[in-house]
Amino acid sequence: MTQQSRLAIWKTYKIYIGGQFPRTESGRSYAIKNSAGKTIANACQSSRKDVRDAVSAARSAWGGWNNRSGFNRGQILYRIAEMLEGRKKQLKDELMAQGYTATVATREINLSIDRLIYYAGWCDKYQALFSSVNPVASAHYNFSVPESMGVVGMLAPTNAPLLGVISLMAPCIAGGNTCLILADQEKPLAAVSFAEVLHSADVPNGVVNILTGYQQELTDWISTHMDINAIVCFDQEKPDWQKIQENGAGHVKRMFRWNTQQLLRAGGQSPYLIMDLQEIKTTWHPIQTIAGSGGAY
Amino acid sequence: MAKKKKWEYSPAPESKQPAAIAGRYELFINGKWQKPSSGTYFNSINPATEEKLSEIATANETDVNKAVQAAKQAYEKYWKKISPTERGKYIFRIARIMQERARELAVTETLDGGKPIRESRDFDIPTAANHFFYYAGWADKLDFAFPNKKANSLGVAGQITPWNFPLLMAAWKIAPALATGNTVVLKPAETTSLTTLKLAEIIQEAELPPGVVNIITGDGQTGAWLTKHNDVNKIAFTGSTEVGKIIQRSLAGSQKKLTLELGGKGANIIFEDAPIDQAVEGVVNGIFFNQGHVCCAGSRLYVQESIAKKFIQKLKDRIGTLLVGDPMDKNTDIGAINSAQQLKTIQAYIKIGKAEGATFFETDCVLPKKGFFCRPTLFTNVAQSNRIAQEEIFGPVLSILTFRTDDEVIEKANNSPYGLSAGIWTDKGARIFNLSKRIRAGVIWANTYNLFDPTSPFGGYKESGFGREGGLQGLHPYVQLS
Amino acid sequence: MTGKKPVFNPQILNHPPVEQTGVEERSVRFTKRSIKGPSKMQGLELVLSMIDLTTLEGKDTPGKVNQLCTKAKHLHDHIPGLPTVAAICVYPSMVSVAKKALEGTKINVASVATAFPSGQSSLRIKLADTRLAVEQGADEVDMVISRGKFHAGEYAYVFDEIAAVKAACDKARLKVILETGELGTLDQVRKASTIAIAAGADFIKTSTGKIQSAATLPVTLVMLETIRDHFQKTGKKVGMKPAGGISKSKLALHYLVMVKETLGDVWLDKHWFRFGASSLANDVLMQVAKEKAGNYQSPNYFSID
Repeated sequence: MTQQSRLAIWKTYKIYIGGQFPRTESGRSYAIKNSAGKTIANACQSSRKDVRDAVSAARSAWGGWNNRSGFNRGQILYRIAEMLEGRKKQLKDELMAQGYTATVATREINLSIDRLIYYAGWCDKYQALFSSVNPVASAHYNFSVPESMGVVGMLAPTNAPLLGVISLMAPCIAGGNTCLILADQEKPLAAVSFAEVLHSADVPNGVVNILTGYQQELTDWISTHMDINAIVCFDQEKPDWQKIQENGAGHVKRMFRWNTQQLLRAGGQSPYLIMDLQEIKTTWHPIQTIAGSGGAY
Repeated sequence: MAKKKKWEYSPAPESKQPAAIAGRYELFINGKWQKPSSGTYFNSINPATEEKLSEIATANETDVNKAVQAAKQAYEKYWKKISPTERGKYIFRIARIMQERARELAVTETLDGGKPIRESRDFDIPTAANHFFYYAGWADKLDFAFPNKKANSLGVAGQITPWNFPLLMAAWKIAPALATGNTVVLKPAETTSLTTLKLAEIIQEAELPPGVVNIITGDGQTGAWLTKHNDVNKIAFTGSTEVGKIIQRSLAGSQKKLTLELGGKGANIIFEDAPIDQAVEGVVNGIFFNQGHVCCAGSRLYVQESIAKKFIQKLKDRIGTLLVGDPMDKNTDIGAINSAQQLKTIQAYIKIGKAEGATFFETDCVLPKKGFFCRPTLFTNVAQSNRIAQEEIFGPVLSILTFRTDDEVIEKANNSPYGLSAGIWTDKGARIFNLSKRIRAGVIWANTYNLFDPTSPFGGYKESGFGREGGLQGLHPYVQLS
Repeated sequence: MTGKKPVFNPQILNHPPVEQTGVEERSVRFTKRSIKGPSKMQGLELVLSMIDLTTLEGKDTPGKVNQLCTKAKHLHDHIPGLPTVAAICVYPSMVSVAKKALEGTKINVASVATAFPSGQSSLRIKLADTRLAVEQGADEVDMVISRGKFHAGEYAYVFDEIAAVKAACDKARLKVILETGELGTLDQVRKASTIAIAAGADFIKTSTGKIQSAATLPVTLVMLETIRDHFQKTGKKVGMKPAGGISKSKLALHYLVMVKETLGDVWLDKHWFRFGASSLANDVLMQVAKEKAGNYQSPNYFSID
């Protein structure tokens, strides 16, 4: 290292709840280390109360986000990509600080940006693809449309600090859901910086909430939370999938485990992931059929 | 003018004879009727007369295992290999034979479950047959159902059906499972197994390869063995939310795909500009169809305050004309409550409603002396915080609440752990679209209620379950996409 | 009836909308009632007693009307104890003939009037037409509403016209024909029914029989519901007459089911419910004979006057 002319300003990595960057209410933090084992930053060790706050922020944000037009959500996802593009260097540094090579870091960032673009484009299209008009055998008009599930709890994978978060978040919010994401425990820095990107990208407050901390401590609170409609995690050994499912069964939570291998490679994206987090709603209405009008057209 | 005799409907009983119910039913495993390893049988009774109809085998763990193995082998040996077109043709056959045996099935359904013969004849049986007919056609068209994906079958589907629409629910389960190339082990509800056993006869008659569909009978324990079995790849359950949660928990950590179709507390919303007389009908259909044993029943009625008095009076007048009694009489509107147990539950809720201070109203019809019957019942002056406005009663009991504004009623409708169905009655199209979007429920009936169709997906939000049955979307729970 | 001339109040038009599919579903439910045994026999006799036996043709002659009146009195003398029909329905020019032929019976004579069937004339002519019928002895007058004015939105005109005809009827009971086949929707049927009732109709009636479609279960149901709502509001009963298209006894019984379940047993009386029909009577008679004899009947054994 060369002689420093000034003392560097260290970054405080905070969590992201309801469009704000608080420290954890618990006042705890844990050390984030580089591959050599040296502490490079402290991250918030979020508590159950942070989970509670994040869910309540996500719930408040949900109605408005769900009501946005698909087009508008697409614009915002695209805006996130634009902002991320401008922060490439910072994120690359953060990834490299945690042991990535420049090539791998660049690849992950580029994939992440492209993934956002991919889902930005889906926001106003999946509905047409997965809706149906159902030809019922009575004088009724009947159609089925996908609708967002609500608040989704998401547990990020290891080994993809940025791409993991974005691969979870993008199909979730593209479909009108809001979410709480628990970042990779060991490598949360990119996730926190990504929250700053979100904050500058017109994402309404509370649509995405990002926590850092210990998965073991928080997954129970997330999976038992009665106001979380769905949970997504990756098909890795941890966290304890069985425990999560047992917890979620308490109020019929929708729970998904997405395939890590598929998801983290190029092309690991699909409208079917948007659909995992959609309900199907079917609406009926009578059709007036005036006698004699049958032959008139 | 001399005082004339009032014109009343004479009894019009349907004959029991077409039911041809056997004295005893065994388990249908691997294409054959097999005695249960347990050696035990339970009685199936007619809830309208409390008379024994037949006795039915209890499947124990060994039997469940036998059935699952049969289904697994049939999957590997036949069902996976045959062409989708041939697969579809088998299902078409089932549909056709059901139509041919419609009378027998309808009479059996009514004798076994207590529902009015008019409903089993005009709704349950034809809709069940139509469901098979609908999904038969999907068998060789799955490539079109999932754009850019290939739909793969899962293997053995374990299915558990409820007692409110026994044959129809069996059709909802079996038809899509077979069309997508899965084999089936199905357990009907204990109190209403007979039409499902007749469906087994039909499946035999249709010459499906042995083991493709297995029907095992028994109580909740039989169902639990089925859901926990390691060689079952998919579970589909329709029943109470309570049991649904137990099943979901028991599957935690497994690879089994799960569909749950659970309880509900449907909000039926009447605005002051509604087509009032048709709305009254919709409310009646919503809560008194099938004695209120309907998971999507419109059991919470929200009436706009400005018309509440008038509307409730009309509703009372209308339900006064409902005929309660012998389910086999073609004129009966409300038949027997499915079981003594269920009647007890309903009566307990009526007691709760009264104790909570809601205003009780029932019609003055005369009930038969034997059997399990309940008069059409309304509670007015109900509040959101009353238990009868929150919990599923699953009987002919309607809780009536009032509201003032659109936003208020949306909030109240959504103020429930359930989310299966809702009704909206208004003359204003824009209001329908607003409410149908904002009410969190899987089925919205606007200016109508309680309609079902094979082409129309059905299923819930929230604690009403997940996955859809019916329509294109009903294929998804039975496939793995690649 | 004497008394104040009714005044049109536009408020009466604020009635609830009608959802056609729901009305049809409800109508189908009535047809699911299975009317068997004693209930069927009683119902069939009730139907006979409610028939307005009708001839409304340009070629009507005293001869034809006399024959029809004989039929009205002697529906089927092979079966003793049958009721007579409620009324004979003819053009004003035939009223005196019918009146004479029915002397000494309780069978009423109804006359169409008011430029039947189109109603396309002036009020002056219509009133004259009505008076002619009444002067000749008509017990009941079946008028048509001005559908043209109705469609043009001139509801007050339609209302005043009915009220004026009602005044001209003197003691005769007024049936107001809406000609529902020309009204377009069930909402319009509801509206026209409301206007007719408010203007003083003793009966509301679906059709002239000259237009397709005539009486249907859904149309009749909407009219019955209007009658019921009026009754609940005012305590005043109004009668109902579906006319045209009801030729089978099974369908007629389903109409009775609908009346019973919508308005109640009080309306199951010829004073409050009529069938406007010509061929229905013989089909009912064949059913009655079948119930008595046990075998299916041939039309050759039933007179066709």
